[in-house]
Amino acid sequence: MTLYDQLPALVVVVLLFTAPITYMLRLHGFPWFSAMAAVVTSFVVACSLAATTIGGETIIYEMGGWPAPYGIVLHIDALSALMAMLITGASSAALIFGAKSLADEVGEETAPAFFAAWLLCTAGLVGMVITGDAFNIFVFMEISSLSTYVLISAGPDRRALISTYRYIVMGTVGATFYLIGVGFLYMVTGTLNTADLAERVGQVEDIRLVLVAAGFVSVGLAIKAAVFPLHSWMPNAYTFAPNAVTVFIAAASTKVSLYVLMRVDYAIFQNSIANHDIQLTFFLVPLGVLALFAGSMLAIYEKNLKRLLAYSSVAQIGYIALGISMTSVAGLTGAIVHMFNHGLIKGGMFMAVACLALRYRTVNVANLAGAGKAMPWTMAAFVVGGLGLIGVPLTPGFISKWYLVLAALDEGWLGALLVAIILISSLLAVIYVWKAIEVAYFGEPRSNAVPVTEEAPLVMLIPTWIVVLAGIWIALDTSVTVGLASIAAKTLLGVEL
Amino acid sequence: MIFSEADTILYALVIPLVGAIAIALAGRWPNVRETVTLTTAVCLAVVVWSLVPSLQAGGRPELQLGEMLPGLRIAFKVEPLGMLFAALASGLWIVNSVYSIGYMRGNNEKNQTRFYICFAIALAAAVGVAFSANLLTLFIFYEVLTISTYPLVAHKGDEATVRSARVYMGILLGTSIGLLLPAMIWTYSIAGTLDFTPGGILEGKIAEPLVGLLLLMFAFGIGKAALMPIHRWLPAAMVAPTPVSALLHAVAVVKAGVFTVTKVFVYIFGIDFLFNQPSHRLIIWFACFTIVVSSFIALRQTNLKRLLAYSTIGQLSYVVLAASVLKPLSEVGASMHMMAHAFGKITLFFAAGAIYVASKKTEITDMRGIGRRMPWTMAAFAVGALSMIGVPPTGGFISKWYILGGAIQDDNYLALATLVASTLLNAAYFLPFIFAAFLYEEDVKPVKPHGEAPWPMVAALTFTALLTFAFFLFHQPIADLEAQILVK
Amino acid sequence: MAVLGLYNYFIFAVLLMIGLYCILARTNIIKSLIGLTIFQGAVFLLYISTDKIDGGTAPIIQEGVENQIFANPLPQVLILTAIVVGISTTALALAVTVRIKEAYGTIEEDKIQEMDREL
Repeated sequence: MTLYDQLPALVVVVLLFTAPITYMLRLHGFPWFSAMAAVVTSFVVACSLAATTIGGETIIYEMGGWPAPYGIVLHIDALSALMAMLITGASSAALIFGAKSLADEVGEETAPAFFAAWLLCTAGLVGMVITGDAFNIFVFMEISSLSTYVLISAGPDRRALISTYRYIVMGTVGATFYLIGVGFLYMVTGTLNTADLAERVGQVEDIRLVLVAAGFVSVGLAIKAAVFPLHSWMPNAYTFAPNAVTVFIAAASTKVSLYVLMRVDYAIFQNSIANHDIQLTFFLVPLGVLALFAGSMLAIYEKNLKRLLAYSSVAQIGYIALGISMTSVAGLTGAIVHMFNHGLIKGGMFMAVACLALRYRTVNVANLAGAGKAMPWTMAAFVVGGLGLIGVPLTPGFISKWYLVLAALDEGWLGALLVAIILISSLLAVIYVWKAIEVAYFGEPRSNAVPVTEEAPLVMLIPTWIVVLAGIWIALDTSVTVGLASIAAKTLLGVEL
Repeated sequence: MIFSEADTILYALVIPLVGAIAIALAGRWPNVRETVTLTTAVCLAVVVWSLVPSLQAGGRPELQLGEMLPGLRIAFKVEPLGMLFAALASGLWIVNSVYSIGYMRGNNEKNQTRFYICFAIALAAAVGVAFSANLLTLFIFYEVLTISTYPLVAHKGDEATVRSARVYMGILLGTSIGLLLPAMIWTYSIAGTLDFTPGGILEGKIAEPLVGLLLLMFAFGIGKAALMPIHRWLPAAMVAPTPVSALLHAVAVVKAGVFTVTKVFVYIFGIDFLFNQPSHRLIIWFACFTIVVSSFIALRQTNLKRLLAYSTIGQLSYVVLAASVLKPLSEVGASMHMMAHAFGKITLFFAAGAIYVASKKTEITDMRGIGRRMPWTMAAFAVGALSMIGVPPTGGFISKWYILGGAIQDDNYLALATLVASTLLNAAYFLPFIFAAFLYEEDVKPVKPHGEAPWPMVAALTFTALLTFAFFLFHQPIADLEAQILVK
Repeated sequence: MAVLGLYNYFIFAVLLMIGLYCILARTNIIKSLIGLTIFQGAVFLLYISTDKIDGGTAPIIQEGVENQIFANPLPQVLILTAIVVGISTTALALAVTVRIKEAYGTIEEDKIQEMDREL
């Protein structure tokens, strides 16, 4: 076996093994460096996996050489490769970006533990997307959640602690719900391998237990994914986490739960339960629509910029939920592309906010007056990101909205209503994005405020702009993202490639 | 030719952007900055105008930049209508830059560098709109145009200005995202393409009453055409410095609106297809309604720039009306009116700005007798006003002639009556003001005695007034070129 | 009788609800963590119940014993993992609670909320 064959395992294993090393070697500056080296390696591996799967190929890797369904397999197709790329990419970008801000927020003393947790978090999220075993997903989910709790609690404000506590409770309930669902599935089928499950669930005669399982799994994952109204843990967790952590989890973590929801639902339940597409629609469409309105309205009235963006994420998750619920190729493509694109947009915006926080020492919108002049590059990045949230052309948000609207148009009168809702919420996004932009560019600084004259340091600006430009690039050349997403959508729906 | 025509298109898009960067770099030295602006404007005009001969010979230069979504390219294709719009915007940018220098310095405005940068970006966007080969590309530049003009409208920066600018931005972005975008995606989902194709792409693919719905979504989604009831943004935009109102809100932005409407009628629906759909009458009614109502509102305005804004709303609906009559003569009339109105209205705004710089007056009631202090300015204003009314030998007469011709071809008495009524109304709100300016004694004394505005401004407005006459005399080549748009 | 035979599933459901109620109804952080632990414990019971087979013994192959009925070992292994996860969660939550107590001087959520509002 060559190293090349081991790539699927490497993407996780590198991270898992570096974590203890990072914790144990307590040299100055080393924890950050080893963490960064590991996630970047993992990112490169993920990209090479994506290159393999873009042709529609699926990689099955048997852990320890045990064949399925007895052993645990890694199952990597276009969708998981795309997600792995998003996670490791966001993790690398946030780490490189956060070199300075993390040194500021996380002390030298706690740095080894912090960066080890960072690696475990990345490993858990990547594990969730590449594993082909339902129980294994739970294990990875808990690895990532536990380490995310640690990361968030490292926030400088004491409110970080109480936010962490709330997240622990909600997160554990969500994961436990998922576990219950998987338990029921195991009871009726006797297997945990997702491919095997998909087959055997179809042969089950008494469908009631499968339905209960579907319910538990969906609600549990919806909590983890912060689907409205189960989002209450999310805004404060984003707000009080260290800035670089916010960049990472906002870009990647909720998306992974949505990914699992999509994967489990389409691979296992869609084939086995009659009319399940309608059930899914009735479950997700109302939640998605509520999320769009509630998230946007909350964002409009929010004064703290980080929480504003968190509420906007609630709304954006609504888009993804809508895309998933439409059970069509275009809808799923839109949802998957939006997961990726929104990760880039929000990651870039939270980076810009972190730059602002570094100089202004506050992220209250009202205090940022004059930022357009004092920090032109930072604010320009924020504006580009904001336009992406609105879905203006030439930004990645436009591509995803294009597919979502295209999908909705195929759904008849209900679809026309959805189109209207998607567009109205885009307009609400104009309001909350513009609120911040207007203060920064046209507001007069308060007389008692300490004037900020310095732009953010280059070590932060450059990664921010790399993310922003990557966003514009994938809006112009959609062959990779849309390519992978449409293959993924077709695979999930079982349509010929 | 040194460059291929495809290169020329690319240069036309890149030059203003490079100009914007150069302006930003030269921001500290006002003289260098203004030189850069002027140079950029001249280069752009030369490049754009260099495409005219090949177009007259029947060429359609093309340029493809990339594929954004499968089957949806970012591409450019020059055709007569877009050529006219681009030539107009780029040519008048030179005049406007000269005028801006006078205005901005004469008024001691702040943030002048931002002003010139945004102006250059707006021009790039206007050229992009003009040359787009499909609706998607057009939409992209349409939005860039909206966003890049926001800082220009909000230039003054006080609360009232920002509030107006929000109305401006809100309506334009709202209608484009809320109506134009879905209309576009709908079109794509039924026709499978968004390319501007002579003869249209929708024939046989959609039937009444859905055609009507799509048509209305387009007509109101293109908010820049200012069809009532979504005209509010245009008066709101009048808080901008006058050069912005002159070039953008009399030429580039508003023409981008009616240009897009015309283009959608001609190249997306196809006029033959649309003519057989009863719902195109809806647009005629909306346009007639807008023409008459906006004229009545203009009659009651006391602020000169707001009066001009409402006059613009009416004039834009002339173009929409001409386009929706769907007869060959009227389509040519639509394009001619874009040009004629541009010359006339930019003169009027230039004059209004000159009056403001010289005397700080904005209200019509204060301007009695001002023609004696500023004879050149008011003479040019009179020429512009006559063109609005459509009196020979001004350009407005020519375009009205074509539009009337189209209405007669169609036996459309509603359009005929509206045109006649609006001519009278135009005369009713312009002529008394002009008479008062020349014949009455000055009853509000200015703060300090003044003569004409700074010379660059007077030169600019005199030049555009002359263009109005020139258009009357030499319009034939343009009409011949525009007649090509209906050739399949 | 068949219904009564499923009594451990009923206990699972009852425990699950007790746990959930504790989490939602208590403002004291420690008390709601106890609820969380009960909630997770219920799931352990669910998994363990599934492997029980009447007359089944430990799954060890012995010489000379044929056709032996085994209890299913897999759920036990799974739930061992889940128990470890549960313990880690509880430990982490308790650690956070200690820090909350240090930072706020109380572990009553409503009081903490009041203190934050004053900021």
